[in-house]
Amino acid sequence: MEERPHIRIELVSDPIYLSGARELVGSVARRLGFDDRQCSKIVLAVDEALCNVIRHGYDRATDKPIWVEIWPLRTGGEISGMRLRIEDEAKQVDPSRMRGRELSDIKPGGLGVHIIREVMDEVVYERRPERGMRLTMLKKLTAPGRKDKATAAAEGVS
Amino acid sequence: MTGEEWISVEQTGDNAVVLAPSADIDMSRSPEFRAAIQEAFRTRGVTRVVIDLDGVGYMDSSGLATLVEAMRTSKSQSTPMVLCGMNERVRAIFEIARLHQFFTITDTRDAAMST
Repeated sequence: MEERPHIRIELVSDPIYLSGARELVGSVARRLGFDDRQCSKIVLAVDEALCNVIRHGYDRATDKPIWVEIWPLRTGGEISGMRLRIEDEAKQVDPSRMRGRELSDIKPGGLGVHIIREVMDEVVYERRPERGMRLTMLKKLTAPGRKDKATAAAEGVS
Repeated sequence: MTGEEWISVEQTGDNAVVLAPSADIDMSRSPEFRAAIQEAFRTRGVTRVVIDLDGVGYMDSSGLATLVEAMRTSKSQSTPMVLCGMNERVRAIFEIARLHQFFTITDTRDAAMST
């Protein structure tokens, strides 16, 4: 059985609450051991995921539910990262279509899913059994001195 | 906060327009940010648009999309656009989207005025 989330919040799909969700995720990530740069990227990924739910899932309706859940990851008793889950009751889409656009195609919009996949170590979109979508993201702590995935990609390091 | 309160607009003697937002730019604020930028490009005789991001603590992809659109306007009407004053958090999104090379970015407003 899945461990209960350590944090679970429900917010309505109004963009004015995005800042509160960002504050929560950022402060938890920091407490779990991520450095400032990693925290910024985790916050960005979660923000993009919430924006996608509001913009595309709910067509900007501001009164629909969104749930955010957080678990710490543990390896040998030590915290090794965090897992986040975002669920909604929005229209369901084929998870295989949740891909970001090519970065070489420079145009406004369409960056959210790319950012999420770039920042997080694991990203799984799925339909919820009843209705809506579920996004589960996993971010591992990187050892001191090692670059995380997004930083390495931005610097052209493989 | 309305756009007038969180985006200051200044026109210099040589007709550069400097926009200085002072709030997080996310989905809730991007439309006002976009309107202010497009207004700057419509200023009569504008020679350059500088966007000073020193007061922006956070920007998401909607803010980035707004700037991509602005850069396209800049190129189409041959009016240079320069970004300056980015903190680490804002710079991160440019790097993740690999768009930092698409923009002209300087550290300070003074440098942006002379680039």
